[in-house]
Amino acid sequence: MLTQTLKTIPIEHYIYLSSILFAIGVLGVLIRRNAIIIFMSIELMLNAVTLLLAAFSTYRSDAAGQVFVFFIMVVAAAEVAVGLAIIVMIFRNIKSIDINLLNKLKW
Amino acid sequence: MIQNAWLIPIFPLIGFIILGLGNNKISKTLAGIIASCAVLASFIIGISILPGFLNGETKATTINLFDWINAGAMHISFSFLIDQLSLLMILIITGVGFLIHIYSIGYMHDDEGFNRFFAYLNLFVFSMLLLVMGSNYVIMFIGWEGVGLCSYLLIGFWFKNQDYNDAAKKAFIMNRIGDLGFLLGIFLIYQTFHSVSFAEVFEGAKGFSSGDTIIVAITLLLFVGAMGKSAQLPLYTWLPDAMAGPTPVSALIHAATMVTAGIYMIARSNILYTLAPMTQTVVLFVGLATAFFAATIGLFQNDIKKVLAYSTVSQLGYMFVALGVGGYTSAMFHLTTHAFFKALLFLGAGSVIHAMSGEQDIRKMGGLRKYLPITFMTFLIGTLAISGVPPFAGFFSKDEILALTIGPYANAIFIILSFTSVMTALYMFRLFFLTFYGTFRGTDAQQHHLHESPKTITIPLMVLALLSTVGGFLGMPAIMGKTHFLNNYLAPIFDFSNIKNEPVHPSEFAEYAIIIVAVVVLLGIILWGLNRYNKNQSVPPADDVKVSPIRNLIYHKYYIDEIYDAIIIKPLNGFGRMFNKVLENEIIDGMVNGIGKTVIWSGKTLRLVQTGAIGFYIFAMVAGIILILLYNLFMV
Amino acid sequence: MAPYFFYFLAFLSILSALMVVFSKNPVYSVLYLVITFFSIAGQYILLNAQFLAAVHVIVYAGAIMVLFLFVVMLLNLNKELEPHKSSLLKLSGVIAAGLLLVTIVGSYRGAAVQVVGSAMDTPTYDNQIGLVKNLGKVLFGDFLLPFEISSVLFLSAMVGAVMLGKKDKV
Repeated sequence: MLTQTLKTIPIEHYIYLSSILFAIGVLGVLIRRNAIIIFMSIELMLNAVTLLLAAFSTYRSDAAGQVFVFFIMVVAAAEVAVGLAIIVMIFRNIKSIDINLLNKLKW
Repeated sequence: MIQNAWLIPIFPLIGFIILGLGNNKISKTLAGIIASCAVLASFIIGISILPGFLNGETKATTINLFDWINAGAMHISFSFLIDQLSLLMILIITGVGFLIHIYSIGYMHDDEGFNRFFAYLNLFVFSMLLLVMGSNYVIMFIGWEGVGLCSYLLIGFWFKNQDYNDAAKKAFIMNRIGDLGFLLGIFLIYQTFHSVSFAEVFEGAKGFSSGDTIIVAITLLLFVGAMGKSAQLPLYTWLPDAMAGPTPVSALIHAATMVTAGIYMIARSNILYTLAPMTQTVVLFVGLATAFFAATIGLFQNDIKKVLAYSTVSQLGYMFVALGVGGYTSAMFHLTTHAFFKALLFLGAGSVIHAMSGEQDIRKMGGLRKYLPITFMTFLIGTLAISGVPPFAGFFSKDEILALTIGPYANAIFIILSFTSVMTALYMFRLFFLTFYGTFRGTDAQQHHLHESPKTITIPLMVLALLSTVGGFLGMPAIMGKTHFLNNYLAPIFDFSNIKNEPVHPSEFAEYAIIIVAVVVLLGIILWGLNRYNKNQSVPPADDVKVSPIRNLIYHKYYIDEIYDAIIIKPLNGFGRMFNKVLENEIIDGMVNGIGKTVIWSGKTLRLVQTGAIGFYIFAMVAGIILILLYNLFMV
Repeated sequence: MAPYFFYFLAFLSILSALMVVFSKNPVYSVLYLVITFFSIAGQYILLNAQFLAAVHVIVYAGAIMVLFLFVVMLLNLNKELEPHKSSLLKLSGVIAAGLLLVTIVGSYRGAAVQVVGSAMDTPTYDNQIGLVKNLGKVLFGDFLLPFEISSVLFLSAMVGAVMLGKKDKV
C-alpha cells in the first residue's frame, strides 16, 4: 500500500521539503542570538538531511542510506551532549547565552 | 724492492697523524724524533730503490694502490709512478727535508707550537711526495693542493701576528689563481686524451703534430699553474711575503721543494711542451723576465730573508728558461743544486737570525764571522755555490743553462741571463759581506747574546754545505771529460723531447770562454765586496734617507704590490662594496624583507575580519556556501 | 489518501520549524521542535522506514528534546530575555537563507538528475529494507566497524560532557 503511495509522490518533493527545512534551520542560525535556539536550528538542519537520506534510501532500495541516518543520529546525540554542556558552562561564566557577548576570541 | 715504494709517502702521513692527534700529549723531544724518523724512513726506501735505476735493471714502474674514481668511462686509479724523475725528486724532498727537520728541532726549540710545526712539516712532505709520485695529473693535483695548504699553514704559523696571516692568505690566493689554470689544464687533458694518467696522455700526445692548438692550450694552462706555484711573473709577489713563516719553512717549502713543483710538472709533461713550441717560447720569456726582474729587486733589499726570497724567484726563472729552450735535464740539474745551496743559505740565514734574537735587517748585523764560525763557513760555501764559482754546485748547473741559451734570438737571452748571473753574485756577496764582515752594528744586548747555534742546526748546515760543494759533479760539462751523470740517468724520461729537438751543444771554445769570464767577473765582485763592505764599512742607507729615484723604485720592489693593489684589489673591493650595497642590501634584502613585511601587513589587515562575533562567522559561511553552489550552477 | 498525508506532514513540519525559529520563548521553541520531529518521523513511516521512525521518536523527541528542555529550565531561560537583533540584520538573514534555498533548488534543477521511480519499477525492488531485520543485517555486516567506532565516539562525548559540566575546582 505504502509503495503504491510513494509512486504518486515524486522524489523532488522530498528534496524540496528537505531544502526548505534546511533553509529554515539556516535562517534560525542567522537571525537568533540565543545559543540554545541556534543549537535547535542546527538540529533542524541535521533532520532535513537525514530525511533526504531516508528518502533516497527507500527510492533506491538501498539500506545503506538508512544506516547513515543512524550514524548521523549518533553524532547528533553526542554533539547535543557536549554542546549543551558547553552552553551550561558559558552560562555559568557570563550569566548569559547571548552569542553576541561571546566575542572574546577576536584578533 | 721497488714495490715497497708506496711506503714512501705513508711514513710522513703516519708522522702527521700521530703528531696531529697527540698534539700536546707528546713531548717535544719525541715529536722531533718521530717527525724526523718518518722522513728518514722515506729517504732510506728511496735510496734503496736508487741502485736499480742506476745500473739500468729497474724500469719505470706504476704501483697501483686502488681504483679511486670509477664513473662511467672515467677511471682514475690511485697509483704511484716511480721512475728516474720522480725518484730524483723523492730523494731531494726526503733528503733535504730530513736535514731541515733536524735543523728545526734546534731552531724551533723554544716555540710553543713545536709539535704543531712538525705535524705540518710531515704533512707537507707527504703532500709533496704525493705530488711527485702520482702517476696521473689528478694525484699530482692532490699533492699540488696539499703543499699549497701546508704552505698556507706554515707561512701563517705564528698566527697571532696579523701581517703573517695576511702573507699566508696572499700566498694561498695567488696560488689559487695558478691552480685554476692547472685544473683547467687537467680538464682539457681529460677531454683531449680521455685519460689523465701520464703514460696514456703522453702516448696519445705523440699522435699530435708539433704546434697543435689543443696541445698549446693545455701546456699554457699547465704553465699558469706552474707560474703560481713556482712564483713566476706576474704571480711571484707571494713568495717574498711568504718569508713570514719560520725560516726552516722558507728553506724547505719556499726554496728547495714546493716552489720547484712547477719545474717538476713541466719536466714531467716534457712531451707535451716539446710539441708546443709556442708555449716553450712563453715559458722562456716569462722565466727570463722573472730571473732578471727578481735579481734587480734583490740588489737593494735589506732583509736577509727577502734577499734570499728574490734570489729564489730569480733562480726559478733560470730553471724556466732552461725548460723554455728544451733543456729539461739542465732544469732538473739546477733544481737539484738549487735545493742544496738555497736550503743551505736559508738555514744559514736562520742560524744568523737565531743568533741575532730574531733580527733580520742586514744593516744591523756585521762582523758575525767571529761569533758564528760554522755558519760563516757554510754560508760562504752557499754564496759561492749560488754565485757560480767553480767547483761549487751552482757553477755547473748555471753554466749549463747559460750554454743552452747561446744562439737563439741573437744571443740576447744569453746576454740578459749572464747579466742576471752577475747580479746574483752582486747581491749575494753584498749580503754575505754585510752580514759576516765589517763591525757589528746591532745593539749591545744583541752582541752580548751572539753565539754559535747548537749542533742540531750546524750539522744540517755542514751536510748541505758538503752537498753544495759536490752536487755539481752530478753533471760535469763535456769539456771536463766526464760523462754527464744526470743526463744519462734522466735520459729515459726526456727521450722523446731530445729526439724532437736536438739539444744544442755549444762549441768548446764558447764553454771555456764562459767559464773563464765567469771566474774573472766573480773574482772582481768578491774583491769589490771586500773593499766596499769590509774595508770601507759601507752600509745601505736607512729607509728615510733620500736615494736616487731608480734605487728607490727598485728598493720598493717596483711598487708591484701597490700596482696590484690599485688595479686589481681596489677595483675588486669596489665591486664587492657596490654589490653589497646595491644587490645585497637593496635587492636581495629588499626581496626577503619585503616578503616578510607583506605577510605582516596582510596579517594585520586580515585579522580585523576575526571579529569574534559568531553570527558574523555564520553569515560568512552561508555566503560562502551560496557562492560555491552558484559557481556549480553557472560555471560547471 | 497517502499523498495528502505527505503534504499534510510536510506542511506541519515546515510550519513548526518556522515557529521554532520565530518563537520568543525558548520553551515554546523546544515544543515546536518536538512537533517537527514527530512530523518527520511520520515521513519516515511513509517512506517504509518504520524502524527509523521509531528510533527517531525515541532519540530525538524522547532523549534530545528532553535534554534541551531540561537545560532551558535549568538555566531559567523560559522568559523573554533575548535582546532583538536589528531588523537590518534580520532582513539580511532572511535574504541569505532565502538565497540559499533558491540556489539549492536551482542547483538541483540545474543538475536535472532523473532518479524518480527508477528503482521502484524494477522487479528487484525490495520494500522491506526499512525493517529491523534487514537493517540489522546491513548495520552489523557492512558497517560493523563504524558501528563499533561510534561507541567510542559516545564514550568520549560522555566524558567530555561530564568534564565540561563539572564546576572547576582547579
